[in-house]
Formats: sequence, structure tokens, C-alpha cells
Amino acid sequence: MRIHPRYTQGGAVAVLGGATILTLMILVFIIFFILEKGLPVINLNFLTSNPEDMGRAGGIFPTLIGTILLPLLAIIIATPLGIFTSVYLSEYTKETKVTKVIRFGTDCLAGIPSIIFGLFGYIFFVITLGFGWSIISGGLTLAVMILPTIIRTSEEAIKSVPKSYREVSFSLGATSWQTVKKVILPNALPGIVTGIMLSVGRSIGETAAVIFTAGSSLRIPSSVFDSTRTMAVHFYILAREGISAENAYGTAATLIIAVLIVNLSAYWLMNRFIAKRS
Amino acid sequence: MNIKFHIQDLNFYFNNNKVLKLINFEIPANIILGIIGPSGSGKTTFLRALNRMNDLESGSRIEGQILFDGEDIYSSDYDVVALRKRVGMVFAMPVPLPMSIYDNIVYGPRLSGVNDKKRLDVLVEKSLTAAYLWDEVKDRLKTSAMRLSGGQQQRLCLARVLAMEPEVILLDEPCSGLDPISTAKIEDALTELKKEYTIILVTNNTKQAARVSDYTAFFLMGDLIEVGNTGQIFTSPNKTETNDYITGRFG
Repeated sequence: MRIHPRYTQGGAVAVLGGATILTLMILVFIIFFILEKGLPVINLNFLTSNPEDMGRAGGIFPTLIGTILLPLLAIIIATPLGIFTSVYLSEYTKETKVTKVIRFGTDCLAGIPSIIFGLFGYIFFVITLGFGWSIISGGLTLAVMILPTIIRTSEEAIKSVPKSYREVSFSLGATSWQTVKKVILPNALPGIVTGIMLSVGRSIGETAAVIFTAGSSLRIPSSVFDSTRTMAVHFYILAREGISAENAYGTAATLIIAVLIVNLSAYWLMNRFIAKRS
Repeated sequence: MNIKFHIQDLNFYFNNNKVLKLINFEIPANIILGIIGPSGSGKTTFLRALNRMNDLESGSRIEGQILFDGEDIYSSDYDVVALRKRVGMVFAMPVPLPMSIYDNIVYGPRLSGVNDKKRLDVLVEKSLTAAYLWDEVKDRLKTSAMRLSGGQQQRLCLARVLAMEPEVILLDEPCSGLDPISTAKIEDALTELKKEYTIILVTNNTKQAARVSDYTAFFLMGDLIEVGNTGQIFTSPNKTETNDYITGRFG
């Protein structure tokens, strides 16, 4: 029996809309749950003082430093590497078996569990290179971890720049590099920034790979060769060891707010850039 | 008469598909050459062979020679970037780059290292005037080129090519998406421009070829059927296929 399009249309709206609302509700619930338990703990003292008694009392100041430094280092290392690689793959090579293998490889790397990267970072950066549990080991490990994501999202962003822009640029006597610099990268920027933001979020929230490589020292680091603890690791240890549920939620809430601030400011910067150009 | 392009035994392939078959002819300087023929006859491929835009497509391969001012443009040490500066191109769909009108026009000159503001300003006015667009946009050069109408965008693309000060302008069905008034403006511009440039115009509109071109070439299924004076081609063509096509029996 044929169902009248009016009803299938109604059904589609209900299913699609329902899925959207459900997703939003789960998201809002999680954020609300964490903030409700965590916000009362957060105050200036909590953010600026050192933890006492393993984190049972006191604040989370050293983990703020760790949470800023590790992802920052990872992004500084991985962003140029990732963008250069994706530009090379999409603009300087023709589609061959080799590029397909490279692409398949990066896709696989992006799907590897972070603890494997942690293990690799531990063996290579911590032991072999002798960096020890340190910010540099953690940052490099996170960089390796997010590199595939940055490469693939940048490549997709670059591919979405219309082919006709390239043709026009070449026909006006541009070299590949001039085309990349003047036409491709500016137009791929929103997509590239999205990929970087995803990676920032992923590295801020990372625990397994960080514990293996940056350790979990609660002291304020004095150099990149010192161990550090990020908020995510702090939260994990507080909750896992049953040290302080209250402070764990406080840390989690701070983490969520931090990610939000990073994302919002990145999009604000990007919109300003786009507005300036057009 | 000065010869701009010598095309000698040109075969062109996309993968194993032969799209141009043994093309031989010469294109003189300072004329408008109209290239007509039905879709899929190799007109565009031929045009894009002249500034090596086909290089961007994977699987393209050429046999024979194209000499530009006596030099083989497909020889391995030929500078493609320099070639494209001398042989400009306007595409079928107007493609303004997502930047201001001014920045679109100076895109080519800036690539060549021209950064002097005064010189760029002069170039912008000169090229937009030659493309019959200056009066419509002179007060809003800094606004985005994406906001222009289709016809204005295509004249912008023409102006952008002119700003490179090329020797040859290739046009690939530049009026296919335009209204009659915009088309007339482009045709007027071309007629003026042939004094200084060699113009090669691919068109699906045989009447357009008859109106503006000095020479006309008729392509069919990858073969160059006939080339000659426009007047002769349209009044007394030598081949029956040409006659059938221009009288509208097929195509």
C-alpha cells in the first residue's frame, strides 16, 4: 500500500527532528550535570592555589598550566606539519597508488586508540630519547596523535575549494605555491580551523596518552622537561582513586568551560578573518 | 602576415580517448579566430591545449607540436607559467575569485611582482574600461566581486586577463550563460581588442562567430573539418559537413 507523501513527510520530520532534539538533550544534560556539581566548587582560590593532600583540598592551579602547555605544544608542532602535508598531498601530487596508501594510513592512524600513542610516546620520547615524563614528551605524543586528524580535515577543506579557482589562478600565470598561498589556503581556512579545534578538544581531554608520557606530577613545571598533570588526568586520578568527588567535578567543570572558551575564541577569530576578506 | 600559433600534426588524448585528430593549421596575429562545432567536438580541448591548461587534467597526452611565436610550448624546458601570462584565458562560467573587484583585476600583475599602487590603479582602470565594465563598478572597486551579476562577472574575468597584458586571449564560450546585452558588450570589447591582441573564441553560437570573427574553424568529432575566412566559411563552405552545421541541419 502506498502511504501518502503527506504522512511520509510528516514521519521524516518527526524522526529527523527527534534525533536532533535527543542529541541536544543528551549534550545539555551532560553539561548541566557536570556544571551543577562542579560550579559550586569553582572560585578564584580553586583556580589559583596549589592542591593539598593529593588534591583532597586546595586548588588546581598546576593542572591549569599543564592543560594549557601540553595541547599548545601539540598544536604548535602538529598544525604546520599537518597543513603542509595535506597541501602537498592534494596540490602537488597526482592521485596515485602511493597517495591512496598514505591516505589510508592516516585514516587508520586517526582511528588508533590514544593509549597506543601513549605507549609509543613512552617507549620513544620518554625512554629512547630520554626526555623522561615531561611536557615535551607529552606534547610530542599528543602532536603525533592529532596529526592524522589535522591532515585529513585540512585535506578535505582544501579539496572543497572549487576546482575552478585553481584553474583561474593557474590561467593567470600563478605557480602552484602562489595558488596555494593566495587562493587555496584562505578559502580552506574555516575547514582547517575546524580540524584544529577538534584536535585541541581531543588533546585537552586526553588522559591515557598523557599519563604515559607527561606523568602526573602536581608541582608547577619549571621547564619543558618537567613532568606535569593536566586537568583531565587530575580529574581521572581524583575520581579513580576516590580522593575527592567534589574537586573532581570542580576540575571537570573547569575543563568544559576551558574547551568552550577555546572554541568560541577560535570561531570569533576566524569570523573576523573572513569578514575582513570579503 | 605574422603567425602566432603553428599547430603541427596535433593529436590529443585523454587516457586512451583520442579527442583531437591530426590538427594542422596556423593562427595569424591580431585577428579573431572563431572556433565552432557541436558539443564534444574537441573545441575546448584544443583551446586549452594552447595555454597548457589540459596539463591539470590527469591522463592528458599530446602528440605533435604547437609552436607559439616559433617555440614548441610542449617541450620539456618550456616555462608554462610564462606561457600562461602571455596566453590569457576566459572560461565558460564566470569565476571571480572570492576577493574584491580590485584584487581580482590585479591578481595576475601582482603575481608577476607589480606592487606599485599607482601602476596597479592605472591597470585596473584601463582593463575595466577595455572590458566595458569601468563605469558600472568604478565606485565600488573594493567590494566583493562575487556580488556582481553574471554578465558583469564575465566582463570582470575578461578585464582580469587584460590586466596581465597578454598577447593572446583564449575565450571558451564566454557568453554561454549571458543575456544578449552582456553578450553584445563582450563582443564589442573583443572587436576593439583585436587591434592589440590575438583572440581565439570558442563558441556554440555560430551567429556569434559570424558576427565577430575574422577567421572561423569548424571542428567535428575531433577533426578540424575546415578553416578559413569567416565570410567564405559562412557563404561558400568547401565541405558539406560545414554547410550542414552552419545552416542548422545538425548540432
